[in-house]
Amino acid sequence: MATIASKKKVDDALAISRSSNFAINIFFWIYSALCIIPILLLLGVSFSDEKQVLINGYKFWPEKFSVEAYNFLVKDWRPVVESYGYSIFVTVIGTIIAVAIMSMYAYPISRRDFKHRGIFSFIMFFTILFNGGLVPFYLMYSNILGMKDNLLVLMIPLFAQAFFILVIRTFFMNSIPTELLESAKIDGAGELRTFFGIVLPLSLPVLASVGLLTTLGYWNDWFLSLLFITDDGPHTIQFRMYEALLDIQYLSSNSTAYSEIIKANPGFSMPSETARMAMAIVGVGPIIFAYPFFQRYFIAGLTVGAVKG
Amino acid sequence: MEQATEAVVQPKKALKKDKTLNIGYWKKYGVFYLMMAPALIVLIINNYIPMVGSIIAFKKITYESRSFLENFINGKWVGFDNFDYLFKTSDAWRITRNTVVYNAVFIALNVIVGVAIALMFNQMRNKRLAKFHQSVMFLPFFLSWIIIAYLVYAFLNPQLGMMNKEILPLFGAGEVEWYSDPKWWTIILPIVNVWKNIGYYVVFYLAAIIGIDKEYYEAATIDGASKWRQIRSITLPLIRPVIIVLTLLQIGKIFYADFGLFFQVTRNAGMLYDTTLVIDTYVYQGFLVTGNLGLSSAAGFYQAIVGFVIIIIANLIVRRVSKDDALF
Repeated sequence: MATIASKKKVDDALAISRSSNFAINIFFWIYSALCIIPILLLLGVSFSDEKQVLINGYKFWPEKFSVEAYNFLVKDWRPVVESYGYSIFVTVIGTIIAVAIMSMYAYPISRRDFKHRGIFSFIMFFTILFNGGLVPFYLMYSNILGMKDNLLVLMIPLFAQAFFILVIRTFFMNSIPTELLESAKIDGAGELRTFFGIVLPLSLPVLASVGLLTTLGYWNDWFLSLLFITDDGPHTIQFRMYEALLDIQYLSSNSTAYSEIIKANPGFSMPSETARMAMAIVGVGPIIFAYPFFQRYFIAGLTVGAVKG
Repeated sequence: MEQATEAVVQPKKALKKDKTLNIGYWKKYGVFYLMMAPALIVLIINNYIPMVGSIIAFKKITYESRSFLENFINGKWVGFDNFDYLFKTSDAWRITRNTVVYNAVFIALNVIVGVAIALMFNQMRNKRLAKFHQSVMFLPFFLSWIIIAYLVYAFLNPQLGMMNKEILPLFGAGEVEWYSDPKWWTIILPIVNVWKNIGYYVVFYLAAIIGIDKEYYEAATIDGASKWRQIRSITLPLIRPVIIVLTLLQIGKIFYADFGLFFQVTRNAGMLYDTTLVIDTYVYQGFLVTGNLGLSSAAGFYQAIVGFVIIIIANLIVRRVSKDDALF
């Protein structure tokens, strides 16, 4: 009891004054509000009546509540659902393959008894220092491999990221005891058995961190789509949002579907401003819901990933 | 004569020994090469072939054959012609200036704001509240640049946006054509960049601050040092290595701009280029929109070479500060 009381006293003596504490609190409430308010603005506009928006501009609180924008997205649901499908496919498959490929590369170069570890580490590492630039990168995938409009081109470039390989290698070197590998060898396990049976199960924390970062990289990617996906190609959710911001008609699966909607509802005009924001809300949804759960692991991963060469 | 035979025999012996060693070696380590093969193939396709391909900057490609590879190989060597052309335009200076100056501002803000916020988090009496705010502050980091472009657009849309409709009238200011008036973007871009990324840097600074032994502060408090004095004389000196390393890592990439920030947030508006065009967007624009292969590949090559030199120098400095944190 006494020690707890005295510890509290020490903590109190070390803490800042109540007024500074109050000021800091105020600052952070304002800052946190600034992080959330822009998203609330999108939400507000997406539930507004199109005509009111066109007259009075974007408002946090809809002057006239309307779900017209979402109705519009639901009516022509195909593009949005398809885009979600592509995004989920690329993210899930891409992450699984990427983590597998990267950990299989990281293991040999983490082994001090492997005589070529230096050269293979360098081959991986050099890609951090130097790259050929956008032009040859683009020409490689589109003109030599002919991968335009192919989902593979949205995945392959993130399969072997040197920084993540470094992180995994560092973990293998520092956190897997060599004695464990040696005793596996004495028991007659081959290198593959050792890797899949002992090393990988012990490395779940780092694999989870790298997996999360890769997942985020795939889900939020639009750059590769911008380079390699044409109008007829598979549109991920990010790319669909990008095009909707440029031109709202991209939200429609095609112009015939759009004209059919107009034919069916003579007085119909596209709720372009609100539908655009509704699209953004639909697109940002998964991140907003998922991030409270994974940001903890994310922080752990970042601080663990202190990289060494 | 004797010497000669000996010389012949010896290598033979060594060879034999090597061979038996080799069989054992391949049996044991052969599988390693198989494990590395997939990543190796990706690295070759994704990185190494494009690296070699960057010599395209020294060629003039004509589209005679249908095969691109043939056109590439048959392309005439033109030496530094593409570079001459690039550096004669006013673009070369503009994109270099924009890239380096913006990055310098971002780096400074990331340090100053990042450390300040981490210090404040550490001082907060209610630790749970501090965690909560840190989580909220981290949210923008998880949003894609497309979403951020939407958020910025909601404020800056000239006809309907918050700024022109609500905020500026509050101060009695007139409307601004945000997407065609380049002068505001020197302020907007740093704000957006800090807003998106600061949560990321705070993670590192806060981790460093929390790692400091509490006894230092206890001793300082007993000696009557004020909070400011403690921050100046204990906290900042002790997290200095982290600050230096994080900053130098960013300086290593000072020649590479964040494509998403400069392309999406500005909506790639041509009228803003004076303050928003950076090397990365210039290469994209020149190559994929205008179709000027020579000029854009030259700009890309220029970026790769200067970027390479800078990262090497930055790393050398990191090595001197803290060997463990150097990249190599």
